[in-house]
Amino acid sequence: MARESMGQTFTVAFLLCVVCSVLVSGAAVVLRPTQEINKLLDKKRNILMAAGLSEEGRTIDELFERIEVRIVDLSTGAYVDGVDPGAYDYIAAAADPEQGVDTSELGSRAGIRRRARLMPVYLVSRRGEVDKVIMPIFGRGLWSTLYGFVALDRDDLDTIRSLVYYQHGETPGLGGEVDNPAWKAQWNGKRAFGDDGRVAIRIPRGAVAAGAPDAVHSVDGLSGATITSRGVQDMLHYWLGGEGYGPFLERLRDEGEA
Amino acid sequence: MGKARDTLLAPVFEDNPIALQILGICSALAVTSKLETSVTMCLAVIFVLVFSNGAISLIRTHIPTNIRMIVHMTVIASLVIIVDQFLRAYAFGMSKQLSVFVGLIITNCIIMGRAEAFAMKEGVGLSMLDGLGNALGYSLILLVVGVFRELFGSGKLFGAEILALASEGGWYVPNGLMLLPPSAFFIIGAFIWVLRWFKPRQIAKDPAVDQPLEEGV
Repeated sequence: MARESMGQTFTVAFLLCVVCSVLVSGAAVVLRPTQEINKLLDKKRNILMAAGLSEEGRTIDELFERIEVRIVDLSTGAYVDGVDPGAYDYIAAAADPEQGVDTSELGSRAGIRRRARLMPVYLVSRRGEVDKVIMPIFGRGLWSTLYGFVALDRDDLDTIRSLVYYQHGETPGLGGEVDNPAWKAQWNGKRAFGDDGRVAIRIPRGAVAAGAPDAVHSVDGLSGATITSRGVQDMLHYWLGGEGYGPFLERLRDEGEA
Repeated sequence: MGKARDTLLAPVFEDNPIALQILGICSALAVTSKLETSVTMCLAVIFVLVFSNGAISLIRTHIPTNIRMIVHMTVIASLVIIVDQFLRAYAFGMSKQLSVFVGLIITNCIIMGRAEAFAMKEGVGLSMLDGLGNALGYSLILLVVGVFRELFGSGKLFGAEILALASEGGWYVPNGLMLLPPSAFFIIGAFIWVLRWFKPRQIAKDPAVDQPLEEGV
């Protein structure tokens, strides 16, 4: 067959596509299990980071023993037994018609269309007592959905200890600065709720003046990433408010114990 | 043997893809703020360039001219996806840092350029050598830029402290500009200047007479 003929063109294109797709899908399939393990480890590492547990020569799994995972029904705030927390995937559950709920109305500001009915929470113990509560959160930024964790002090369930994101697709250097250690450090000690009990977190544009009346609720906006900053603010309002972990936090406050 | 040696070594200094041909500089700006990411990027480009040149050379007599570009793209894209999958499996933290830039190797003009300019004409062995040589030339620049940027931008090399930082009681105040992409331009510019000082033959004497340099993104 002549090199420039129509038949040759189709044959080369077809064979090339077959060979390349076999190689690409082969690599993807063979490496999938290792990648999944990495993803899980990375998530655990981020939970530990949110918990403020450092890795002083200990493995992630060892440190993770100090964290208890419970499943919470968000509508009542009660713990649910009978669900294996290790196997429960709240992202997959959100898409499931049975396990997920439509939140497109109340969650529209934070870009959350669906969420799972049940969410895991991570109780971090220190000397036998629970001292932090870590909750998974997610919401829209500019380009992507950001997935992360927010940690509150168990004592008052108001003081934020950390906010970390383990997966997002924001622009590196702009919205991607949610990963910047200096920015993340600002969250430590901020108060999530105002005097009226509503979520009061603000991420204004630019730096927060030290003497501003709501400085205790505010974190500097990320420069060049107004929409990502607003996304972070909105998702905290959603998840810490009545639609999210509100009933759960309320119940913990009433009980006074975890 | 002389030809093989030239094919391998010429792109490193004499005909460096970044310094002389000004190809593939976008990734040289993006990933060089730390040496660790620079090295990973270099290894990824070496792998892709060697095998894309080899594969294209292998089938060069069968590729119809009218679809040759898309054939190159398919081969290159497949290799890049394989690299990306490997990084995700065995260097997860690194692949998170490099994020989109591994995928962007597909659009690195050096790779497409070598496929078109070399692998379509020469044999498999020589094409792979040419790929290796050009990838090494690219790597050389990335490593030089990476060393400068990490050392002066954060006082470290491979994450280990070299210059004691003022913020931690030392004497060195890091130059924040070095961590921003424009600094890579300055360093590449300085590198080209030094290179042409030693090898004046690379200086384009009269743009009107000389062949115009290829431009790339």
